[in-house]
Amino acid sequence: MAEARNSIAAPMGMAGSNPRADMLTHIILVLGVLLFALPIWIVLMGSTHDAGTIGRGDVPLLPGAEAAANYSAVWSQGNMRRAGVPVSTMMFNSAIMALLITFGKIAISIISAYAVAFFAFPGRMLFFWAIFITLMLPVEVRIFPTFQVVSDLGLVNTYAGLIVPLIASATATLLFRQFFLTIPDELVEAAKMDGAGPIRFFKDVVLPLSATNTAALFVILFVYGWNQYLWPLLVTTSTHVETIMVGIVKMLGSQGDTEWHLVMATTVLALLPPVAIVILMQRWFVKGLVETEK
Amino acid sequence: MAELKLSSIVKNFGVVRVLHGIDLTVKNGEMIVIVGASGCGKSTLLRIVAGLERSTGGTVLIDDRDVTTLEPAARDIAMVFQNYALYPHMRVFDNMAYGLRIRGLAKEDIERRVQEAADLLGLSTLLDRRPRELSGGQRQRVAMGRAIVREPKLFLFDEPLSNLDAKLRVAMRAEIKRLQRRLGVTSLFVTHDQVEAMTLGDRLVVMHEGRAAQIASPMEIFERPADTYVAGFIGSPAMNFLPAYITEDGKAARLSDGNILALPPGQYASHPGRKVTLGIRPEHINLPGPLRLTTDLIEPLGSESVVHGRLASGETMALRLPGAPPSAAVLEIAPRSEHLHAFDAETGKRLPPPA
Repeated sequence: MAEARNSIAAPMGMAGSNPRADMLTHIILVLGVLLFALPIWIVLMGSTHDAGTIGRGDVPLLPGAEAAANYSAVWSQGNMRRAGVPVSTMMFNSAIMALLITFGKIAISIISAYAVAFFAFPGRMLFFWAIFITLMLPVEVRIFPTFQVVSDLGLVNTYAGLIVPLIASATATLLFRQFFLTIPDELVEAAKMDGAGPIRFFKDVVLPLSATNTAALFVILFVYGWNQYLWPLLVTTSTHVETIMVGIVKMLGSQGDTEWHLVMATTVLALLPPVAIVILMQRWFVKGLVETEK
Repeated sequence: MAELKLSSIVKNFGVVRVLHGIDLTVKNGEMIVIVGASGCGKSTLLRIVAGLERSTGGTVLIDDRDVTTLEPAARDIAMVFQNYALYPHMRVFDNMAYGLRIRGLAKEDIERRVQEAADLLGLSTLLDRRPRELSGGQRQRVAMGRAIVREPKLFLFDEPLSNLDAKLRVAMRAEIKRLQRRLGVTSLFVTHDQVEAMTLGDRLVVMHEGRAAQIASPMEIFERPADTYVAGFIGSPAMNFLPAYITEDGKAARLSDGNILALPPGQYASHPGRKVTLGIRPEHINLPGPLRLTTDLIEPLGSESVVHGRLASGETMALRLPGAPPSAAVLEIAPRSEHLHAFDAETGKRLPPPA
């Protein structure tokens, strides 16, 4: 208890002035990292062993010899229970869904936010609150009416059915609106004096200034889209539009026949795109932060 | 270059009337400074000329063309904003070129104009920088450059020097004046700083509560202020005011403590016995004289000293005396007759009214 207090006090006091407190801080940090990293490490290691190892109840903490075999098997063939649906197809479907949801959400929310933030039109606040209130409705609440609509439109088992209902985004609209409100009025007026109309101002000033925010949103929304489970599960029954999240769950058997080494390999593959996006966009995100200002 | 003509400009914000009918003609190539305290309506007036605000009534003519309802871009004017309003993501060159590109000028013309403006303003080496890599003064210059390259009929300045430090402000003030002379562009300059107004303007518009209290040249306003507001606003320290009555012969004024001060001859004969407010500027007071001033604060400024004190009748007064501060606690002072101003005690208007 005393140690914990110490480590909290250290950063608030003079940082680095107390080596003992510094060390404690680091120990706690390392423990935290281990706590988060261990399950991922187990999955990573499990994916490199053969079917028997995990079947026996072992939890391997060191790499095995079957990595290449396991990964190429799931990538091109899927697993035994789901023969014919290779992970590459599911990854492709997930990528399409996540990217289109992300671009769709950003495109729609940035123009709605532009309208709400910069234009005075009748019912402006009504629209704003209408958008805002939908924030409070979780997807699950409206999932059956949404399914009914998609099904009536004949969009079950299509990319359109998978993606379109997830595109409208109150959160992104709200974020962009709040950002737009910080753009000084004088900048808008200067553009008016320069003769820029609303579309030009949007293209030449608002979009470039929003780059940083857009990058941040891109990361968040891509991960959101990639991790979608409930809606794809409902709206896809055919394997050709199946996404990776649904695919992983379907690999799990109820008896003892789950091929855990393949499930783990699939899980590792499913992790890669969001991680890559976060790492890539983070660099861009920081660059954006450094180079622009209002 | 153009003539700007405002007639009976009225502006309401909801039920509040902020401009009560402003008439103003700005001659070709003239620099008019609109000066007033916060909330006097000076910025609103400028924004109406710019087209950023729609007037409730009245007309704006630029070269006899009615632009009252036109969009800002259609008025052929350029504006320099208080916060410069530079596009943060564009280089200096693009900031200046943006308006020209929108107007569809040829690439060579844009480059030539921007280069010329940059040379004029000493920005040639900074064209590739972003606004955040510039100092306040340089940003100010870019904002000026953006206005100049447009070669507009009218320059509008909305307190462009307020965000600069004192020294830079004085330097930029001179630069703006020189530039405006050289380019000969009709200009409207809004400020709350009376020194800026006096030094920059060919004529000043002193605004007070949505009305133009006086429109005249800086020296005319200083020497013959139209009312007590203008008299107190222009000049630093502010003009001293003393209640008084004009004597029966109209040649002098009697103060509340009975002292008699001679008035400038021949002007007040028609106002015998009238209750007035006498105005006397701090620099127009001599030593020694009939009034006894008990000093309570002395501000030495080097070449002169500002003395604050109280008369026997209780009125406060400030005076500017050349040289070192006086050592006496009680000064005997004499306002100089030729510099006395008289204003009607009720209305505050100058007596006799300005021609």
